[in-house]
Amino acid sequence: MSSVSTAPAPRKRRGGARGGEAVAGWLFTLPAILIIGVFLIAPIALALWVSFTDWNGRNSPLFNDSVDVVGLENYAAITTDDSLTRELFGRSIRNTVYFVLFVVPLQTALALFLAVQVNRRLLKGKGFFRTAFYFPSVTSSIAITGVFLFLFAATGVVNRVLGALSVDGPNWFADPRGIFHILFRSTAAPPGLDSPGFLGVTPWEWMAGPSVAMVVIITMVIFTTSGTFMLLFLAGLQNIGAEVGEAAVMDGAGPIRTFFSVTLPMLRPTLFTVLTLGLIGTWQVFDQIYLTRGTPAAPTLSSPAYLAFNQAFENNEPGIAAAIAFVLFLIIIAMTLIQRLVLGERDESGMGKRRKGRDRKAPLLADGAVRLEAGPQSTTGGGLT
Amino acid sequence: MRHSTLGSVALAGTLALALASCSGGGSTGSSGEPEAPAEALTMLIGSSGEAETAAVQAAADAWSADSGTTVEVIAASDLNQELAQGFAGDSAPDVFYMGWDQFQTYAGDDYLEPYAGDLANAGDFYPALVDTFTFDGEFVCAPKDFSTLGLVINTQLWEAAGLTDADVPTTWEELQTVAQTLTTGDTVGLSMGAEYARVGVFMEQAGGGLMDGDTVTASSPENVEALEYVQGLLEAGSLKWPADLGAGWGGEAFGNGAAAMVIEGPWIRGALEADFPDVEFLVAELPEGPAGPGTFSFSNCWGIPQGQETAATAQELVAFLTSDEQQLEFADAFGVIPSTQAAAATYAETYPENAAFVAGAEYAVGPVSFSGAADVVTEFNNTITTLQGADPQAALDELQTQLEAAYESSQG
Repeated sequence: MSSVSTAPAPRKRRGGARGGEAVAGWLFTLPAILIIGVFLIAPIALALWVSFTDWNGRNSPLFNDSVDVVGLENYAAITTDDSLTRELFGRSIRNTVYFVLFVVPLQTALALFLAVQVNRRLLKGKGFFRTAFYFPSVTSSIAITGVFLFLFAATGVVNRVLGALSVDGPNWFADPRGIFHILFRSTAAPPGLDSPGFLGVTPWEWMAGPSVAMVVIITMVIFTTSGTFMLLFLAGLQNIGAEVGEAAVMDGAGPIRTFFSVTLPMLRPTLFTVLTLGLIGTWQVFDQIYLTRGTPAAPTLSSPAYLAFNQAFENNEPGIAAAIAFVLFLIIIAMTLIQRLVLGERDESGMGKRRKGRDRKAPLLADGAVRLEAGPQSTTGGGLT
Repeated sequence: MRHSTLGSVALAGTLALALASCSGGGSTGSSGEPEAPAEALTMLIGSSGEAETAAVQAAADAWSADSGTTVEVIAASDLNQELAQGFAGDSAPDVFYMGWDQFQTYAGDDYLEPYAGDLANAGDFYPALVDTFTFDGEFVCAPKDFSTLGLVINTQLWEAAGLTDADVPTTWEELQTVAQTLTTGDTVGLSMGAEYARVGVFMEQAGGGLMDGDTVTASSPENVEALEYVQGLLEAGSLKWPADLGAGWGGEAFGNGAAAMVIEGPWIRGALEADFPDVEFLVAELPEGPAGPGTFSFSNCWGIPQGQETAATAQELVAFLTSDEQQLEFADAFGVIPSTQAAAATYAETYPENAAFVAGAEYAVGPVSFSGAADVVTEFNNTITTLQGADPQAALDELQTQLEAAYESSQG
């Protein structure tokens, strides 16, 4: 900080106007660098440090004699040690894998479907439907979770309605059974599948699918977030000129063919944004899990983000919590890269002409994502690389 | 456009500077500057509601008037989280509620000032409570108040089933019989939370328990006997978990008449008055098992952070708050049972309807709570949910293994 204020004087003489520009440039980016440094880089660095120590949460983790570096012990506790913590972590990963697997495709499909519907020219009351579909997204997730807890209680509205239809509804939030197990009517683990496997969780449990309770949460999350992504798709749809549709009609394409062969490919940038945001959001699921902790099916609902919170504040294990957070971080990065690779290859073969040239990163950026990427690039590109 | 960008940049710059100076000031303030006479204390409480916050504030104000030290009472919305944050930021509250379940973890990490042994009334507390808040042989913090578990009986359903006062169960067999008698169409005889903190009392009554001194005894035959008894009630249909009755906890199942008896603590009284004012009930001591009576006690203590300059002043405040008179005031205000034997006796006379809870204190023990036990207990709670049809021995064997591992690492 002080070097910046003292530096200009000698430089000015040598560099002339150019030198002054550099100083001004640094000066103007300084606030952003400071804010991002203090609120983003420093906390991440500190968390990384904590994940390698046995800090007990008291005083500062830096310059503290009672804090010892324990190397990879915290990471071992959640990945290789035969411990309960590893099993809890394994279970949270299992739960979240199924959560992501169901939520991301379904919410994307639903959001796209809704966007296409409210984008139709002949639709009456467009404003009403757009607002109605978007409404769950602006409502607090905690409030919606609370409402769902009541709706899906053992004697709640959903079961009353099912009862009226002579269907015996399950005790939704108290039902830890996996839906694949229910589907295949299997109740007990066959021998060989009931010993601890990957991350201490039995193969039997890995194959269980989301629990009945998790299905409720999956439904809820799809219900709340589809509206947001509908808005992104809607913006994408409105960027597609009417003449494209007309050309398709002239070429003899029906509505379905037009959608899959014209509209969807043109929406690929938006699709990339929605999938990326969806992946990140679902892997970090916390609110809904926090609110349903302590329910009988809670172990089939836990997520890594919740487990990190639990380890840090209930068990006073900030080191393990930080390790979980970083593993989660790596998972998200890996998922995003894989997704980028998959969508990217198709992009070059199919829609190549529109976005060739430039560097490899740029063509993959969705219109919506430009905002996300532009922030760091324009302000701290130098600092990050 | 350019102006607004410039303006926002300037604003951001100022903000960053302000924040930087803030954090700078904060760190120097907390690391040094001995404030010789503590002029102000902060107190963080996990309040059960308006009544408790107001009563604690009133008590603190009364003490302030005498001592000249002001006390700011803050009701936490998530006590554990706010405490952990305070300790990490080196700005822990000067006095705070310390729950029994977190006590060992905090004491083990040297968070707590072991002051309770020096209090003038250190010998007046219930031995079980002193035990709960003792770490490494040292009585660390003064118990604030306590609760035990009792058998809460719906008198309307009781009389409707043709039962009289003489039928109040005192043994496992009698409990089984009345639970069966009380089980009718929409009502189940007995309910309780599907968790160790309720089911565990049967282990105590059977002469078992999860720990015996330094040894983990989870898979003992006594515990198996206890779980088999509970399993028997489940299979007979006379015991159901609250979740299966469409209730969030035992009190709710009891209030809406889904359960005729529940095993709960004194807090059920306030909850019933608020949500189900028409339910009439009485509280009895828990029935005795093969090895005699047994119940759990739950308690908070007044925690004081270790090595704080304000510790001495905070200790005076705690001495005032744990005095018999003040504890009885709290009892009046929000229904907790005083933690000293003399005050609790007075309380039992004033509130005969709660006498059974006080009587339980004579033989109550604290649930297992060593650092790291929480995860294992949560695991066991999941097992209890599916106890019907499970193998008690296998469940307890697993608990034994996990608890041994957790205990070993907590000692190491």
